[in-house]
Amino acid sequence: MRQPVDILAPLAFFIMVASLFPLGIGPDKSLLLRIAPGIIWVSALLASLLGLHRLYETDLGDGSLEQMLLCPGPTVLFVVGKIAAHWLLSGLTLALISPIVALQYGLERASLWTLLLSLMLGTSIFSLIGSIGAALAVGGRGGSVLVALILMPLYVPVLILGSGALTATLTGADPSAHLSLLGALSCAMLALAPWATTAALRVSVE
Amino acid sequence: MHWHSLQEFLFMGGYGTYVWGSLLVTTGAIASESWLVRCRMFRARQSVTVVAARQ
Amino acid sequence: MQSDSGSLIAKPRSRLFAFAALPNFFKLVTRLVPAFTIVGIVAGLAGAAVGFLVAPTDAQQGEAYRIIYLHVPAAWLSMVLYVAMAMWAAIGLIYNTRASAIMAIAIAPTGALFTFLALCTGSLWGKPTWGTWWVWDARLTSELILLFLYIGFMALHASFDDARRADKAAAILAIVGVVNVPIIYFSVKWWNTLHQGASIRLTEAPSMATPMLIGLLLMTLSLWAYAAAITLQRAKCIVLEREREAAWASDFAKEL
Repeated sequence: MRQPVDILAPLAFFIMVASLFPLGIGPDKSLLLRIAPGIIWVSALLASLLGLHRLYETDLGDGSLEQMLLCPGPTVLFVVGKIAAHWLLSGLTLALISPIVALQYGLERASLWTLLLSLMLGTSIFSLIGSIGAALAVGGRGGSVLVALILMPLYVPVLILGSGALTATLTGADPSAHLSLLGALSCAMLALAPWATTAALRVSVE
Repeated sequence: MHWHSLQEFLFMGGYGTYVWGSLLVTTGAIASESWLVRCRMFRARQSVTVVAARQ
Repeated sequence: MQSDSGSLIAKPRSRLFAFAALPNFFKLVTRLVPAFTIVGIVAGLAGAAVGFLVAPTDAQQGEAYRIIYLHVPAAWLSMVLYVAMAMWAAIGLIYNTRASAIMAIAIAPTGALFTFLALCTGSLWGKPTWGTWWVWDARLTSELILLFLYIGFMALHASFDDARRADKAAAILAIVGVVNVPIIYFSVKWWNTLHQGASIRLTEAPSMATPMLIGLLLMTLSLWAYAAAITLQRAKCIVLEREREAAWASDFAKEL
């Protein structure tokens, strides 16, 4: 994740995909408003998957991964640091530009806040779970497609909760149930994902 | 026995295609899987024999 | 590499650890496969007879309900097999036993097949009863996601040349998957409601007629026995493939 392209490409992808859908579907305002949650979230999900497989690749390649695993300190902290960096650079930025993208679908203020909050939580979970997938597949033959295949089922609950929160706001209901579940999932993954990632990384350098 | 004739049995109250289709898919899947594992075992045994013959 | 991985553990804590050594594992499995096959065939014929010949017609769905004798066992087994796969994976990781890892790898294709069958028969059941080939209800959608979990497992394993690395990576994925399955299931359930309520619950009396229940249980037993037989046979294949060079394998080959 050292090159600017690793950060910019997923963002560009997200903007492109979310902008393509109205072109494919038609400018019907009410329809676009109804499908906006799903489309924005799926675009965010796909964009998150884009650069993930390279998360540990360069570290494995130049030997720094082995160094980190041999370090006397807990490897988990290194992993948390990597995930945090990934999220801050790609997930958080994606969440921050999402309201601009959402304007194309006619979303208003309240829903934009829900979108921002849900995507901030959602992308953090994407980064956490994604790190497990990246660590499992690193050094193998499968590229981004394998990582996407592995992670897709695990991302589904986030997608459901996230777009559910947005749909709730759009229909006037309260999204706090969805958002609090997203928050809970984020905390749970923060506790579990670094350990799973460390285990996977140890397997990769054996 | 619930059925009164073979005709009735095959007809399945109009749902014959779906019921027999399901049975066909299931037996087909089981048969294919068994066949594939059989082939795999044959190849595995062959490779062991080849290695044994070399030694 | 010698094939006596069981010797990693100096004093086996239980006799079961003797089977961690691949030759012993192989001999045990060779005896088990015919037993499971026979149970599978007998239970299958009995279950089909009860389900298709004896059991009465359903009041609401007519004869189309008979697909339940194929769909429900397949769906149950697809989930049971995933848990079993994760269990073997965990054992393989904790005790570093190759036989356990091989069991997990052997289960995956069968589990995927049953998931695919559950989807197909569910679709064939859905068309006459709900009118469409696909319904986005919680159970079918969860089955679809389960299929992707199986495929991801197999794809990850296939992406490594080193068998042990592949085994361990896939094992971690299986455990991560099994932990996520309840989360996935409940989120999908929340997302949609419709599927017909489970007619068999462990705590309640089943709402189905007795012949139906017997047919269902027999078919489940049959498919479970088949899954065990084919998984163990596949495990034998994997052992032979990996232990080609070993002395015991060539002894086995000379017996043929």
